[in-house]
Order: sequence, then structure tokens, then C-alpha cells
Amino acid sequence: MAATTETVEQVRAVTEQKYKYGFTTDIESDVAPKGLNEDTVRFISAKKEEPEWLLEWRLKAFRVWQEMEEPRHWAKLSYPPIDYQDAHYYAAPKTKDRPKSLDEVDPELLKTYEKLGIPLREQEILAGVEGAEGKSPAIAVDAVFDSVSVATTFKAKLEEMGIIFCSISEAVHKCPELVQKYLGSIVPYTDNFYATLNCAVFTDGSFVYIPKGVRCPMELSTYFRINQANTGQFERTLIIADEGSYVSYLEGCTAPQRDENQLHAAVVELVALDDAQIKYSTVQNWYPGNAEGVGGIYNFVTKRGACRGRNSKISWTQVETGSAITWKYPSCILQGDNSVGEFYSVAITNNFQQADTGTKMIHIGKNTRSTIVSKGISAGRAQQTYRGLVKILPKAEGARNHTQCDSLLIGDQCGAHTVPYIENRNRTARVEHEATTAKISEDQLFYCRQRGLSEEDAVSLIVNGFCKEVLKELPMEFAVEAQKLVGISLEGSVG
Amino acid sequence: MATTTLTKAPRGYDPAAAKPFLEQFDRVKDGLPGAGLSWLTDLRGQGHDRFAALGLPTVKNESWRYTNLRALDKLSFQPATDAGEAVRFDLLPTVRADGATGPRLVFVDGRFRAELSSTAGLPAGVELLNLADALTRKPDLVAEHLGRIAAPDDQPLVALNTAFLADGPVLHVPRGVTVDETIELVFVSVGTEAQPTAFHPRGLIVAEAESRAVIVEHHVGLGSCTTLSNGVTEVFVGAGASVHHYKVQREHTDSFHLSHTAAKVAGKGIYDNFILTIGAKLSRNEVTSVLDGEEGDTHVSGAYMVRGGQHVDTTTFIDHAKPCCTSREVYKGVIDDQARAVFQGKIIVRPNAQKTDGYQQNRALLLSDTAEIDAKPELEIYADDVKCSHGATVGELDDDQLFYLRARGIDKDTARGLLIGAFLSEALEEIAEESVRDAFQSYVANWQNAR
Repeated sequence: MAATTETVEQVRAVTEQKYKYGFTTDIESDVAPKGLNEDTVRFISAKKEEPEWLLEWRLKAFRVWQEMEEPRHWAKLSYPPIDYQDAHYYAAPKTKDRPKSLDEVDPELLKTYEKLGIPLREQEILAGVEGAEGKSPAIAVDAVFDSVSVATTFKAKLEEMGIIFCSISEAVHKCPELVQKYLGSIVPYTDNFYATLNCAVFTDGSFVYIPKGVRCPMELSTYFRINQANTGQFERTLIIADEGSYVSYLEGCTAPQRDENQLHAAVVELVALDDAQIKYSTVQNWYPGNAEGVGGIYNFVTKRGACRGRNSKISWTQVETGSAITWKYPSCILQGDNSVGEFYSVAITNNFQQADTGTKMIHIGKNTRSTIVSKGISAGRAQQTYRGLVKILPKAEGARNHTQCDSLLIGDQCGAHTVPYIENRNRTARVEHEATTAKISEDQLFYCRQRGLSEEDAVSLIVNGFCKEVLKELPMEFAVEAQKLVGISLEGSVG
Repeated sequence: MATTTLTKAPRGYDPAAAKPFLEQFDRVKDGLPGAGLSWLTDLRGQGHDRFAALGLPTVKNESWRYTNLRALDKLSFQPATDAGEAVRFDLLPTVRADGATGPRLVFVDGRFRAELSSTAGLPAGVELLNLADALTRKPDLVAEHLGRIAAPDDQPLVALNTAFLADGPVLHVPRGVTVDETIELVFVSVGTEAQPTAFHPRGLIVAEAESRAVIVEHHVGLGSCTTLSNGVTEVFVGAGASVHHYKVQREHTDSFHLSHTAAKVAGKGIYDNFILTIGAKLSRNEVTSVLDGEEGDTHVSGAYMVRGGQHVDTTTFIDHAKPCCTSREVYKGVIDDQARAVFQGKIIVRPNAQKTDGYQQNRALLLSDTAEIDAKPELEIYADDVKCSHGATVGELDDDQLFYLRARGIDKDTARGLLIGAFLSEALEEIAEESVRDAFQSYVANWQNAR
């Protein structure tokens, strides 16, 4: 009897550890009625007190969306039909007025972020950093809870340098000319089913503007949290790096553990002007569903960056461990001559997770270069696909691309697929693509086991080695977190 | 009929494009060989119905996204007439030494030409004949195999071929027999001035257990009339058998060449396919090889050289259905002028097909500013204990290599020629039969000399 109880305890401990962000926050919320129609769009726009042009733009998108067909035919994903009417499109923690300082923010919310390990109190962060031998600069955080941004830290300090870092709802009021100029200029409202839906109903997200010649002194980050049940999250991020500027931006995501599937359809637009650089890192850890494939987030995301200027650079780094379904292709449009696009990705799928992810590199300007490194790990009964496009247009003299896609299979019930598309219309361009698929070799495992590592630790070590090329691209704080995540995501996949 | 219940055509097909072909079907169906055989009538009926439901694929079809068949819509293809009969040949293409003869079947516009064909040099028991004759002489063999691998389900052109299937080569190699002589299959496209001509050759190769055969297909064109060759060949490779199947396509540049080769390989069998594409305005070679028994081995390789406004499409599908099989694929191509090349290569490893070893490489050289290459190498893997890789490169000639040659006093054009020749030779090395390799090398050299 005792042994049985002990086993049950152990199992519980392990399950809970697997997704430690699965808790919910009990907070009163202001929720839009279920359903999606023009009134929903107007409701959201009114809540945000948006200008007329933005409402019109949303409505245009909504009308286009109604005519669109859900793209189900090409991605290697299978999921039951999504009822777009059976969800709330707006949910916000109830507050009387917009909180003027953190002290006015609901303590429940602050507790949530504390639990998630996200620092929202600047003093604490600064104190913490000083204590940590001053090794890394502080991180400015924009925390998005369901449909709204609840707090943005270090705003004042950044403003001194002319950097605008705030929620996109705030930016609409604060710098409408920038928002109007760039919103939808990279991902137009007609782009694809999910992006168009996002244009119609996006609720919040981050806005970043780095002025000419400014090197952003700290990492900017947004932390997305879905809390409310039956809501979709549609955030919109816009980052503009003006001439000669530099910014490193991080994005993190978690959601409570629920049995139903929740929809997340974000759009991220990046613009890099002459000599500007944007480094965009994501650790995506949405709730992946349980070991039987029940619940989890449906993640349909459109991310695209435009290297508009000469010598500009956009680099995407992603660690994808969460979501029941991932549909995501962060892309670079290399317009400016000598511009550079990079895509580094680690995707881990376990249990019943499905991921169809990759990138697009569109070479338009001369001497444009792109690098793609994709590491996929599939375990359990998961299905994972790398899908990527490298397109060289006729004017892209001297363009270069190198792509490396490696897949690792753990267990004989999972799948790993590679679907690269290469389209070259310039003679002087050079495109190289390599892909391999293999499993963890017995020799490697034996070597680790022989040195006393448990099988799970050995697998975690080997997988971390397999992903090293990508993980080293992450900013330090994220890299440590990501390494741990790799181990946790694969728990229960061996033995 | 099941197909009439289809209210909407599947995505990526244009059923309207089927109409001109279907109108002919009603006119010719009673005159097709074996029209009295009920199983064959059924098979043709299936092809007809499927093609009627699908029509031609469009670029919205994932498998056809880079090859547009709209050019076929504009032409009204008619079935082959007797016109080709009058054509006399001084010399048919061969890989044999001058003056040597050997087993050979000749088809002109899809019709068998007995007076040009020969079965000399075949071991006893080996059958080499045309399909129309085989329907009467070896009906069981044909009934047992025809349409068993190349299914018309989602392959509209296979469906079209199946509806119209009339003639083509049939080879049967009995158990344990090795055919030493290379078997040549010659397809000549002639057509008529009056109208574009379409024909649908249907081949069947059955190599029983432990047998061996080497087959070379020549596809050539005479004159400059517009023709459409829509061929399908099914290849059965028995346990431990080996089939070496080489093809060179040198049709003239007003012709359309669509071809589908489907092989099924039993345990320890070897299917070795190589295709050299030089001709045709638009060509597509689709090769599928199913490794259906343990320790099977398949090689699917080729080379192509296109210029002017040519379009060449190579689409391969290697299906590792059973454990412990190996596959190897090496494709190389050279694209000049405004020509466009497409390479789509898919390897699938089914669940439980453990210990699979799959290798694929495709490389393309662009020689002009207006040439285009679209490549899609694809891996779909459902087993963990596998070793699979693919590589693709596209680009122009290496400047360092050119410099090296020019520094030794070799002029630019010659140097380029040498490098292009060397590049293609690497693919031709995949051909195991020396006589075939030498002959194919000479076709490559001729193409280069014409530059």
C-alpha cells in the first residue's frame, strides 16, 4: 500500500514539474462576449480608444478574413475544426483606471509574474543585478496578460535615449504617425488567414522604436501570458530600428494547463533601416497539452522582418518547446543591398505535439546573405516538420544562403520531416542546403551512462549538444532557461 | 459511377482540361487493343473516370507547383495516325558498338514497329514483346501486373495513360535468368504537320526473383511537329533480382514529354534508374520506387541539360516501406538561357522501416542570368533508427576553378566547357554499365559542342 502511495506521489511530482507554468490566476476580468463579428472588432477598438483609421483598417481586415479559407491543405498538422465563434476575443484584468505605477497594479497579477520569474519591479531588478556581480545589464519587460499590457518597466530610462518601448495600444496614442506608417507594412492585412484575423482583433503587444544611431542599452522583452479560459490571444508586435541602431528583443510565453485548446495567433513585424540590427529571440513555452494530447495552445503565428536598409540585419532565434500545434515561419525579406537574415531554431515536440515550422528568406537586394540552422527533436508520438523557403530574385546578385536542418528522433512512434523549397533566379547566387535525420547513437548514450549519468540526463546532455549551435545565439539569461527547458520537454521520452 | 458523386474537383486540378482528351476516348475506345477483355475495359474505365474527375493538375497542386501544364490546354492533341509509318530510319539510336545488334523494340508515335524490332540474343524463356501482342500471347502476365503499381488515384496523367493505354514494351525475365545483352527500347516521336499528336505508351517490366536485366530507353524526335508523349512504365523487381533501367530523352524542342515510372522492389532486390534529359520543350520525369521487402536497394539518379525556353521537371519519390533498405539519389543539372529546371525529391520512411539508409543529393548550375532552378528535396520520416540525409546546392561555376584553368592558358569557353563536363560526369558515374555510361557521355559532349 505504502509503495503504491509513494508511486502516486512521485508520478504527481513529475507531472507537475513537466509544465510548471500551468497554474491559473484568480483575477476578475473584463471579458468581451463570446463570438466574432464586426461588433467584436468595434468593441476591441473602442476599449482601446483607437483612432478611426485603425478601426477602419481592422474592419477591412475582418471583411477580407471572412472570405478566406483556413489553410489546412499544406501544413503537416491535423487538428479538429476550430470554432472561431466559440471564444472570447478580449479579456483584461479589471481595473478602475489605468494603473499609474506598479503599486496600483493588482497584487494578484504581480504575484503571477513573480511565480513566473518575471521581474516587474525595477528596484528589485536593479538590486538583483548589482548582487550578481554586475554581469549583465537589466532587462526591460512589457508584460502582456491575456489581451492587455499590464506593465512596462524601464520606460523612463529608455525614453531618455529616445527609445520608445511600450504596449502597442499606448503607441497608437503616443506616436500614431510611426504606427500608421509601419503597421501592416510587412505583414499586410491580406497576408494569410491567421494574420488577417489578427489584424481584425489584435488586442495588445509591444511597440519598439529605436532612434537613429542608438544602441539599446538593455534587452527589451515581452512576456505573454494567457490566463482566461476560452480566450484567444492575438498580440501584435512592431519593432522599428532606425538607421544605425541596434536592439535585442526577447519574447516569452506561457499559459495555464487547461483541457480545452486555446488559440494564439500573433503577428510580429520588424523593420530594419540602413545599418540597423534587430535580434529577436523567442522561448515559446505555451502549454503543450498533457501526455495524452488533451489541451494545449494552438499557435498560429506570422513573424516577418524586413531588412529595408543597406547593411541591415535581422536575426531570429527561437526555442519552441510548447504548444499543442505550432505553425510558424519567422521570415526575412532582404531588400537592402548587403543585408543579412538569420534563423536559428530549436524545436522540441513530445507526446502528441505537432509542429510545422521553419523560415523564409527572400533575397531581393545585391549581396544579401542568409543563414538557416534548424534543429528539430521529435519524441513520443509527436510530428515535426521543417518547412522553409529560400528565394533568390533576379536582381539579387551575389546572394548567399546556407541552410542546415538536422532532426533527431527519440522513439519509434514519432516523425520528423523536412520540406525545404529553393527557388533561384540569379546565376551568381549560391544556395546550399543540407539536412540529416538520425537518432541518438547508442555509443553516445553508452558513453554517458558509463560515467554514471541516468538515461534521462544523458539524453538531455546529448540533445543540448545537438542544439548548441542555436542555443549559443540566445542572450545569456535565456540560454540557461532554454537548456533547462530542453531537458524538461523531453522528460518521459526515454526508457 | 463513384466519380459522378464528386461535386467539386479536388484542390489543384482543372477538370475542364480533361475534355478534349475525353472526347477522343469515346471515338477510339472500341479500336484499342484488347477491347474485348473485361478486366482491361474496367482498368481503362477507372483511368477514364479518374481523369474526368481530376483533369490536368494546376500549379496549386503541391506536386505541380513549379510546372505549369497550361501550354497543353492551348493545343488540341489528336491520337497518333499512320503518318509515322511512312518514315524511314537510316539509323536508330543505340548504346551498342557500330554494327552490333541485339534485342530491341521500336515504337513510333507510340505504335509498335515489328520490322525494326528484334529479340535476337535473349536467353530462353525471356519474353520481350509489345503490349498489344502480349494481351493475346501472355494475357495472364499482363493481367496480373498491369496497373498494380501505377495507380491513377491522385495521378491524373497516369489516369490519362491508363484510359488510353494501347501499346508499349513488355519484358518478362523468369526466375534466376540473367540477360547479358542490353535491351533497348526506342521511342520515336514523329507526329504530323496537320495537328499536335498525343500518345500514351505503357510499359511493363517484370523481373522475377534472382533475375537480372539491363534496359536502355531512347526517346528521340524526328522533324519538328508538336507531340505529347505521356508514358507510364511499371517495373516489378523480384526478390534478389536486379533491374538496371537507363533512359535518355532527346526529343526535339517542340515536344512535350511526360513520363511516370513506378517500381516496386522485393526483398534484396535492386532497382537502378538513371535518366538523362536533353530534349523536349517541357518534360517531366516522375520516378517512384517502393522498397517493399527487407534489404532492398534503389538508385534513382540522373542528369539534365536544358537551354532556350526548355522546362525540365524531375520528381522522385522513394518509399522505404520495409526495414534495412538503402536508397541513393544523385541528380545534377545545367541550365542555360531562359530555361527552367525543377527538382522535387521526396524520401519517405514508413513506421517500422528501421535501419533505413537514405541519401539524396541534387546540384544545379545556372549558366545564364535568366535561367531558373526550383528545388524541393523532402524527407518524411516515421522511424527512428534511420540514417537519412539530403543536400542541395545551386549556383554558378566556381571562379577559382575557372581561374585555375585559365591560368594554364585555357581559353574561357573551353575552361567553362571542361568544368560543366566534369560537373555532369559526376552524375553519369552513377551508371554502373560501362557501355551505357559511355554512350550517355557522348550525348553530353554533343550537347556541349552545340553551345
